[in-house]
Amino acid sequence: MMERALPPSRFGQWFNTSGWRTIIIAAPYLWLTAFFFLPFLIVLAISLASNAGTSPPFQFAAEAPYVHADNFRRLISDDLFFRAYIASILNAGLTTALCLLIGYPMALALTRFSRSVRNILLMLVILPFWTSFLLRIYAWIGLMGANSWFNKGLTALYNLITPDAYALRFIPMMNTSFAVVLVMVYCYLPFMILPLYANLEKLDMTLNEAAMDLGSRPFQVFKDVTLPLSVPGIIAGGLLVFIPASGELVIPSLVGNSSTPLIGRVISDQFSYARDWPMAAAVAIALLVLLVGPMMAYTHFESRAQRRPGDDA
Amino acid sequence: MNRRPVFLLTVLAFGFAFFYVPILSMIIYSFNRSRLATVWGGFSLDWYGKLFHNRQIIDAALLSLEIALVSATLATILGTMAGIALARFRHFRGRTLFSGFITAPLIMPEVITGISMLMLFILMANWIGWPEKRGFMTVTIAHITFSMTYVATIVQARLSSTDHSVEEAAMDLGAKPWQVLRDVTLPIIAPAIGSGWLLALTISLDDVVISSFTTGPGSTTLPILIWSKVKLGVTPDINALASLIILIVTVAVIAAGVIMARADRKREADIQRAIKDNG
Repeated sequence: MMERALPPSRFGQWFNTSGWRTIIIAAPYLWLTAFFFLPFLIVLAISLASNAGTSPPFQFAAEAPYVHADNFRRLISDDLFFRAYIASILNAGLTTALCLLIGYPMALALTRFSRSVRNILLMLVILPFWTSFLLRIYAWIGLMGANSWFNKGLTALYNLITPDAYALRFIPMMNTSFAVVLVMVYCYLPFMILPLYANLEKLDMTLNEAAMDLGSRPFQVFKDVTLPLSVPGIIAGGLLVFIPASGELVIPSLVGNSSTPLIGRVISDQFSYARDWPMAAAVAIALLVLLVGPMMAYTHFESRAQRRPGDDA
Repeated sequence: MNRRPVFLLTVLAFGFAFFYVPILSMIIYSFNRSRLATVWGGFSLDWYGKLFHNRQIIDAALLSLEIALVSATLATILGTMAGIALARFRHFRGRTLFSGFITAPLIMPEVITGISMLMLFILMANWIGWPEKRGFMTVTIAHITFSMTYVATIVQARLSSTDHSVEEAAMDLGAKPWQVLRDVTLPIIAPAIGSGWLLALTISLDDVVISSFTTGPGSTTLPILIWSKVKLGVTPDINALASLIILIVTVAVIAAGVIMARADRKREADIQRAIKDNG
């Protein structure tokens, strides 16, 4: 996947003959095998077992082939799991679409400033990304509450433009799906802006000027030149938002509505409250199956971008 | 041609308002005298004072810092090795699998990483009696595992973008291989190692999902403590804690940005001078 054709290296050859090479490869390799790959295999194995009152609470079938797919059948037949999947995909999809709608014009606007102003604005985009994820959610909880200045202001505005019969004392924002999407867009927006900006910045402005000289209107230039050339940035940003958003656990738990559980919550609840390890494992594996396409697309894209820098410019 | 259409500037302004209004509102309310978090009761620094007397918060902050320092350092060592292996060794058994191990944790949903590690730790405790209890050790192991892949990616990118003929040249001039490693390769990747360590530190300090799965009773990190407090609602002491953390991060990020910008300018000036001297 990442193989590259490099000329033979004496430096590399020295490593081959000394013990260093083995150590440099083996140490991280063994670590990731033990603490990343092995846990993954354990989850896969447990997803094919049955729930049991033993400790740890799972049991494999007594006779060959020792495993069964009952948990995966329940994923489809049990309404709870199926609805959680659909809700999570819709939620992540909506978040990604909104991030793109807001992030694209922001990234494009960033490219229109001089280098020094641009660096400051870029830092302002990155800064919320460095501050704690949890505290960014918390900041919105403060704004959305019934007694906050933000909610009061919105309520006053709403009451001003709607007939008195529909007047509200406050706008119900906390513990709704709206709150989940709003806060997810807030938290994930930098992941959309940064790859888009990196892509748009490399575009050749002379192409835009050429199109203008040939009589295109600004929107036509955008539609026919800028937009097609920025597809790699859109895909990279979209995947960076969609993949983590689909398994998000913290945001729905803090601002969401507990009657519509999302998939991250279902995995965690099956494990901690229902103590059904096999079911939790099956839900996790099913989420991975769903994400394997987007994940491979992302790695493919990344390695291509690394191999041929500037190719899409 | 209009280089900055009004529409783009409007969205940019709204975007920045969207980013910063919630944070600014939270900071303002951290100076609120009132116990009710959403009603303004006059200016006060009380909540900041109380913060430094809250044992629970201080203990959690110290535990988080300890885990972050240990895990970032070990993750940097392992991640640098992995980055060198991927960028400089073309052929070794299981290379494709290895590069998969480096990318997968980066994009794996946190809840899956957390639950799979917890299952591993519980099963290991059952089979071999280790880890006896979950806490500092298990959270640190989990943090090393995901942050080393970030470090590896950064180091690999840095090494791939530099020509290894520099290392060849040093060998031709008679340097011993370990001297090449010490005097050529490591200085080349030093900035990548530095930013990798900082990133690993930040990720560890910020992590809540994987920590809450892999920790045990008595070991509450700061994000886990904040999570459990926030579930109960908005309180003025969390406003103060949040504002303090944001202040520290902001100062650190701006300082890092200024230092890097200065280094960039110096390098450009050096290049200009070199061109002039030779021309």
